[in-house]
Amino acid sequence: MQPFSGLALLMRGLSGQRGWTTQWRSPEPKAAYDALIVGGGGHGLGAAYYLAGEHRLTNIAVLEKGWIGGGNTGRNTTIIRSNYLFDESAALYDHAVRLWEHLSQALNYNVMFSQRGVLMLAHTVHDVQVLKRHVHANRVNGVDNEWLTPEEARAFCPPLNTGNIRYPVLGAALQRRGGTARHDAVAWGYARAADSLGVDIIENCEVTGIRRNASGAVEGVETTRGTIRAPRIGVAAAGHTSVIMKMAGIELPLESYPLQALVSEPVKPVFPCVVMSNTIHAYISQSDKGELVIGAGTDAYTSYTQRGGLHVTSHALEAICELFPMFRRLRMLRNWGGIVDVTPDRSPIIAKTPVPGLYVNCGWGTGGFKATPGSAHVFAWTIARDEPHPINAPFTLERFRDGHLIDEAAAAAVAH
Amino acid sequence: MLLIDCPYCGERPEPEFVYGGQAHIARPPQPAQATAQQWADYLYRRDNTRGVHAERWRHTHGCGRFFNALRDTTTDHFLATYRLGEPVPTAAATVRR
Repeated sequence: MQPFSGLALLMRGLSGQRGWTTQWRSPEPKAAYDALIVGGGGHGLGAAYYLAGEHRLTNIAVLEKGWIGGGNTGRNTTIIRSNYLFDESAALYDHAVRLWEHLSQALNYNVMFSQRGVLMLAHTVHDVQVLKRHVHANRVNGVDNEWLTPEEARAFCPPLNTGNIRYPVLGAALQRRGGTARHDAVAWGYARAADSLGVDIIENCEVTGIRRNASGAVEGVETTRGTIRAPRIGVAAAGHTSVIMKMAGIELPLESYPLQALVSEPVKPVFPCVVMSNTIHAYISQSDKGELVIGAGTDAYTSYTQRGGLHVTSHALEAICELFPMFRRLRMLRNWGGIVDVTPDRSPIIAKTPVPGLYVNCGWGTGGFKATPGSAHVFAWTIARDEPHPINAPFTLERFRDGHLIDEAAAAAVAH
Repeated sequence: MLLIDCPYCGERPEPEFVYGGQAHIARPPQPAQATAQQWADYLYRRDNTRGVHAERWRHTHGCGRFFNALRDTTTDHFLATYRLGEPVPTAAATVRR
């Protein structure tokens, strides 16, 4: 790997930017590996990176049906926070935030993690009570979160219209350690770092079957680029997880929905933080390119189309225009959809499965990007040791049978 | 936005409807005897089909009635809508719009 540094940039600048090499190889798949990761998004690439780096499992491959950065890792609104209500969730998401804080240095890749603060608005008495409960629960768990009055919220985010709207802002919860990161850089950074540790990243390679031996354990996969054998397979396929897991005979409590986002034309820096509103349903931040990045809700129905209805995005824009009147004349440049796999309790599944050698990391629903490093880290542990890390131990598949739900449905920032 | 053919009212825009999830999921016939796994399957497990999916819709802002539909989840095209209690239409009876 060619390390990036200020000096390297200067030297290449003096030599006409020649001599940069590709950031990861494009190898042909080998016949067999020690482990396979299905899904080359942030969670899968990160798991490969931690498997190779921390668990010394370097004869492994990541199989991606499309291209790196083309799935949900490149389709989200890049918001990072850990202000979840329940102990299990706070531990998982804050594990991620602590890894985010040093990720650029660890990967030698600038993921542009910016802790600009995440402001979650309360518009009703119920919102105030719920968000204050979150603030207290988070602080007990060592996760920063604080309550702001409407005046304090406006001081923190001057464009915010708190009073002259249908549902006035009655206060807000602020997590100062929350913020955003460059989502493409997260995929590319993990891919480059994993590749340098010897991981094969195989793009345009769709898994079409999972092979199992006589005792039922996995022994490899069928792909569009041939059969690849491996005794351990980790699936991190986001919206398509149900499709992959059915190949091994496992039915999951997942439903896949389109989730849409959109960006405006780029403007000068005008928006200092991330703002989310559960009740009137919108979330917004400004990218370093200057675009406003706006998240809409999921469509009502399950789908694999990576697009959704225009009425869903226009609903989000109506809320944005009420909250931030100065954006009313901005033009939107692009909108798109990603397919998100939603669990009944809106918490992920990071676990072993009933099939020996098969592991799954799914169910991140509408909020997986923020967890990328933490999720990848504990998933790698689970695959390497064949047992869950203490942080992901509660996030089992069996919790739906045994009743140990981690019910963040009401606790998430936006309605699902 | 989808155009949905309510079997009672005809074609109407999607915001008139509420999605009701996967169709034809039967409640355990003897609830008291159902195992935890049977309850979990009934409550939570879903086919999440990539392809033709049988699902419920309710025409909330119209006739208010539930009905079933076959929709291809790779294109969002409706192949058929049919009333509750009617059998699932066969492939030959469906129309691709």
